[in-house]
Amino acid sequence: MTLVGWLQISLTLLAVLLAVKPLGLYMNRVFAGERTFLSPVFRPVEWAFYKAAGIDEKREQNWLGYTFGVLLFSVAGFVSLYAVLRFQAVLPLNPQGFPAVAPDLAFNTAVSFVTNTNWQSYGGETTMSHFSQMAGLTVHNFLSGATGIAIAVALSRAFVRSHMTTLGNFWVDMTRATLYVLLPLAVIVALVFVAMGMPQTLDASVTATTLEGVKQVISTGPVASQEAIKQLGTNGGGFFNVNAAHPFENPNAFSNYLGVFAMLVVSSAMVYTFGQMTGNRRQGWALLSAMGILLIIGIGAVYWAETSGNPILTHLGIDPIQGNMEGKEIRFGQSGSALYTAVTTGLSNGGVNTMHASLTPLGGLVPMFLIQLGEVLPGGVGSGLYGMVVFAILAVFVAGLMVGRTPELLGKKIESREMKYAMLAVLVLPLAILGFSALAAILPVGLAGLLNKGPHGLSEILYAYSSAAGNNGSAFAGLTANSPWYNTTLGIAMLLGRFAYIVPVLAIAGSLVAKQKVPASSGTFPTDTPLFVGLLVGIIIILGGLQYFPALALGPIVEHFLMLAGQTF
Amino acid sequence: MSSKAKSISLFDGAILAQALKGSIFKLDPRQLVRNPVIFVTEVVAAVVTLLWVRDLLSGSGTPLFSGQIAAWLWFTVIFATFSEAIAEGRGKAQADSLKRTKSDLVAKRLKAANGTDYEAIPATSLKLGDIILVEAGDLIPGDGEIIEGVASVNESAITGESAPVIRESGGDRSAVTGGTQLLSDWLKIRITTKPGETFVDRMIALIEGAERQKTPNEIALSILLSGLTLVFLIAVVTLSGLAAYSGTIMTVTVLAALLVTLIPTTIGGLLSAIGIAGMDRLIRFNVIATSGRAVEAAGDVDTLLLDKTGTITFGNRMATEFIPVDGIAEDELANAALQASLSDETAEGRSIVALAQADYGLSDNVLKGKEASFIPFAAQTRISGVDIGSRQIRKGAVDAILKFAGLSKETAPQSFQKAVDSIARTGGTPLGVAENGRLLGVIHLKDVVKPDIKERFAALRAMGIKTVMVTGDNPVTAAAIASEAGVDDFMAEATPEQKLAYIRKEQEGGRLIAMCGDGTNDAPALAQADVGVAMQSGTQAAREAGNMVDLDSSPTKLIEIVEIGKQILMTRGSLTTFSIANDVAKYFAIIPALFVATYPQLTALNIMGLHSPQSAILSAVIFNALIIIALIPLALKGVPYRPVGASALLRRNLLVYGLGGLAVPFIGIKAIDLIVAALHLV
Repeated sequence: MTLVGWLQISLTLLAVLLAVKPLGLYMNRVFAGERTFLSPVFRPVEWAFYKAAGIDEKREQNWLGYTFGVLLFSVAGFVSLYAVLRFQAVLPLNPQGFPAVAPDLAFNTAVSFVTNTNWQSYGGETTMSHFSQMAGLTVHNFLSGATGIAIAVALSRAFVRSHMTTLGNFWVDMTRATLYVLLPLAVIVALVFVAMGMPQTLDASVTATTLEGVKQVISTGPVASQEAIKQLGTNGGGFFNVNAAHPFENPNAFSNYLGVFAMLVVSSAMVYTFGQMTGNRRQGWALLSAMGILLIIGIGAVYWAETSGNPILTHLGIDPIQGNMEGKEIRFGQSGSALYTAVTTGLSNGGVNTMHASLTPLGGLVPMFLIQLGEVLPGGVGSGLYGMVVFAILAVFVAGLMVGRTPELLGKKIESREMKYAMLAVLVLPLAILGFSALAAILPVGLAGLLNKGPHGLSEILYAYSSAAGNNGSAFAGLTANSPWYNTTLGIAMLLGRFAYIVPVLAIAGSLVAKQKVPASSGTFPTDTPLFVGLLVGIIIILGGLQYFPALALGPIVEHFLMLAGQTF
Repeated sequence: MSSKAKSISLFDGAILAQALKGSIFKLDPRQLVRNPVIFVTEVVAAVVTLLWVRDLLSGSGTPLFSGQIAAWLWFTVIFATFSEAIAEGRGKAQADSLKRTKSDLVAKRLKAANGTDYEAIPATSLKLGDIILVEAGDLIPGDGEIIEGVASVNESAITGESAPVIRESGGDRSAVTGGTQLLSDWLKIRITTKPGETFVDRMIALIEGAERQKTPNEIALSILLSGLTLVFLIAVVTLSGLAAYSGTIMTVTVLAALLVTLIPTTIGGLLSAIGIAGMDRLIRFNVIATSGRAVEAAGDVDTLLLDKTGTITFGNRMATEFIPVDGIAEDELANAALQASLSDETAEGRSIVALAQADYGLSDNVLKGKEASFIPFAAQTRISGVDIGSRQIRKGAVDAILKFAGLSKETAPQSFQKAVDSIARTGGTPLGVAENGRLLGVIHLKDVVKPDIKERFAALRAMGIKTVMVTGDNPVTAAAIASEAGVDDFMAEATPEQKLAYIRKEQEGGRLIAMCGDGTNDAPALAQADVGVAMQSGTQAAREAGNMVDLDSSPTKLIEIVEIGKQILMTRGSLTTFSIANDVAKYFAIIPALFVATYPQLTALNIMGLHSPQSAILSAVIFNALIIIALIPLALKGVPYRPVGASALLRRNLLVYGLGGLAVPFIGIKAIDLIVAALHLV
């Protein structure tokens, strides 16, 4: 670890911190339906959408209506995307002449993009036509992100309102999230990316002559536009197979930091918006602090583990000063790689600029564990916030009792209904991650996809299902996931991780919105203090640790001890 | 606060024996299914027992190990049921003494309401609306309303207070309780409750826990614990698959041990004991709650409505000062006031005598040997006093005394007028004193605020609870007393309707209200309040409306009730935190033990240096069982509540039960492991 490395990390995070307040305030205005400086441009478009779809923007929905909207929209998105992929061969903008995508892969990919996972069982530049990338995948990069934001907004409203049943209108929230938040940001970020040298073209490839005089065909396409929303919407689905390690997808150190900034900014600002909406800005900062502390610990752990390097190589006489550089890009270095790795998994982004399988065992443990914690650091756009609120509900319930009152979060009493739904949501991840991993670890179909044996192989399986259920999408390369077994089970894990979580969250919102807001007193357990932040961090680590420690012990942890003993996989 | 409570030794021999028996009966799975965590433990224990039997019969496996694991799993279940049984046992002892008062009662049912002819029937066949006669020495056979007569009643059977109380028809003291004894006179009573539903019956049922239903918070916590149990079930079951991949075949015994140590058995086992013990603590404070829900709500109370009289003040106006008019010595006024009050048996009169004696060194035998005739207070004259020879000393309402002295407001000395005004301004009552047409001065009568009440209110404020004083006094008087007592708000000239309106208004703002009352006109407010404490001395209507009855009829008890409510929640939270934090150490004991055969390198995780894999697993299971027993006293007594504000309380409890929960099992498991290894148990 170097001072310069930490400085680069700090400056990137500081830039996010500075953007949190203005963007958070702006989003608060957007979702309150107030006028913003973009209204003159987007208001007519918004109005036209409602008119065309026959939506009365004043009419709000209760939690069931809202949930129904989310599910209906997602199903429609899945069906249309599945159709685009299956009919790719006959659709336009297919200069390479790619054939239709196979049914299991199309299922997996459609689910993946609708659930904001962007798990890629395929290689983008060798499977997807430009039409599929632009009209299929990129569209869902916007819409799945906007869906997450809408749900978070609905949950925030539940803390503001008393004795009500309605949470807002899903169609309105989703439209506004797309038009006013994601679209303008994506345009700006895409233009900056282009300025940094990222391609944005409808050509299929360029032909270069190498120094040896050999002609080389290099794939290209509309990269910058997809890259911008890939980061802003915490999608992570790269244009190229190697994602942000590809020079076209992440040309230099600066684009790397801008990518990290773009990943973090909306999710973080969403937390500020939560504080602003609920009338307790300190609560927003408290949640953001808990996220920040865990994220920085994660970045530090990866950075430390990677710069510590591999003792086996040191024994062989290799200079340990570089640390472990396998699978890393020299243009990002250790700090740029550690930052990207922790952020992409702390968020539910899933883009990678480093091959996670090549990380040291402990360095690889961190991203896996961050995903398993539920991706709340600060998580996917919207989904990070509502995931964190579920954790806050658990923390407040356990610890709140210790002050001798029925636990309250922002003046809303946490009782058996909220507890029931919160536990349902909490159960989803271990069930999907551990359940499918255990099956894959004993079934021949599962074992067939493994490249490596021993604990590293187990890590590959665990990582894949963690990534899918957590709607992350990053891969611990080494697992051949494009098989019917993995495409199907990973698809199911993605669906569970997204929708089996969203429904209880909206049910919690429905229950809270009907409750009276209790005024705070000195007997109320304060949830916006450093003490609460510490408690929340503790609950997240202990709950996560308790669920996954046995599995991790058999994967990366034992691999670490074996590496120290001189054995690798 | 424990000084006032009746105490039962924590481990009374008779209760222990009963509880041991009870804990075996409670193993019935049909009963245990109400407690999911312990139910799962029981199922697992049964499975491991079967495996042990199989090991024994087939001569394969490790019967010594699986046998001990099975035994300790059963102990875990039994310790949990034992904790519940012991909590119930403490209540049963009290219920039994109540039952004795109930047995073999005979009722004298009147054939006609206005006659005296009666038939003797067993109390159990009394019906609603029956009119009965109770005479001196009889036990009252059922709850009812006095329709005729006045009598003194010994209610010690239910209140524990031996001083008899007066009960009479009409008004607020017309209710009688079955099981109490008539000491004098006779009463005609209309039975108001069905047999089996009387107050004593309800008390017995509540104390015995037969009517116990889970409270809302208990349900929410059970859901959390069940959820955690499911999470660990997933973690353990899937672990067998992941282990198989790694080349470790895990036995069911080992998986069972892992599961039971991870699921929150500590809090799961003690959860119902905490609730029962909380109700029991209330009972020892002589408060009967008709539902656990109300006790829990007490912990959440934001506002206390307190009656001024008897709660904040002593309830009687007391003389605090003698203010003479110009030209009269203070001693002369004190002497006159003393003589005028010597035969005045009212509390005010006695307080004047006491003040004269204490502050002016006067003796109460000043009248000895003198010819004195006392003039009692009359509503027409509004004065009282004494005639000693030609001396006529009078005290009374200011205008009446002025009239007696032949003066009027205008002609009264300025110093008198000034004293009267200043007393009225501070909320006191001025009492004039005159002798034979000569105005002597004023006695300052004051509602005296109880000495320690201000500190209690400050403590309540620190707990985040607002106190509101309710009084029938005029606003001036009320404001003066309110500021002296340090309440946050007051309601002057309060009517029952106003009280009800105030409660509704506060509740609309999301606050929880507690109040106490005794009169029939308090009933609507008692019913509306979230915690309504009715005085045992109050009317039947009040007792029906409230959700708690205070047998001592002491209104300050609301404060203790709130503390007990908070204690229950705190104890649950603290033990839950402790239970979850324990798991960290258990992992470090069990995980390396499970896989050390496949991956010897995992020994690095055996940071406790446990003796062998089997002793590590056994030690963790033993610790898991013993910690339940070790925490029973805490569950029964409750985590102490300090009125220091939520943040300080949380910091303290997190330190003790959070960090303590992390550290204790490391030490405990290591110690047990040393013993297990020394005894060669595995």
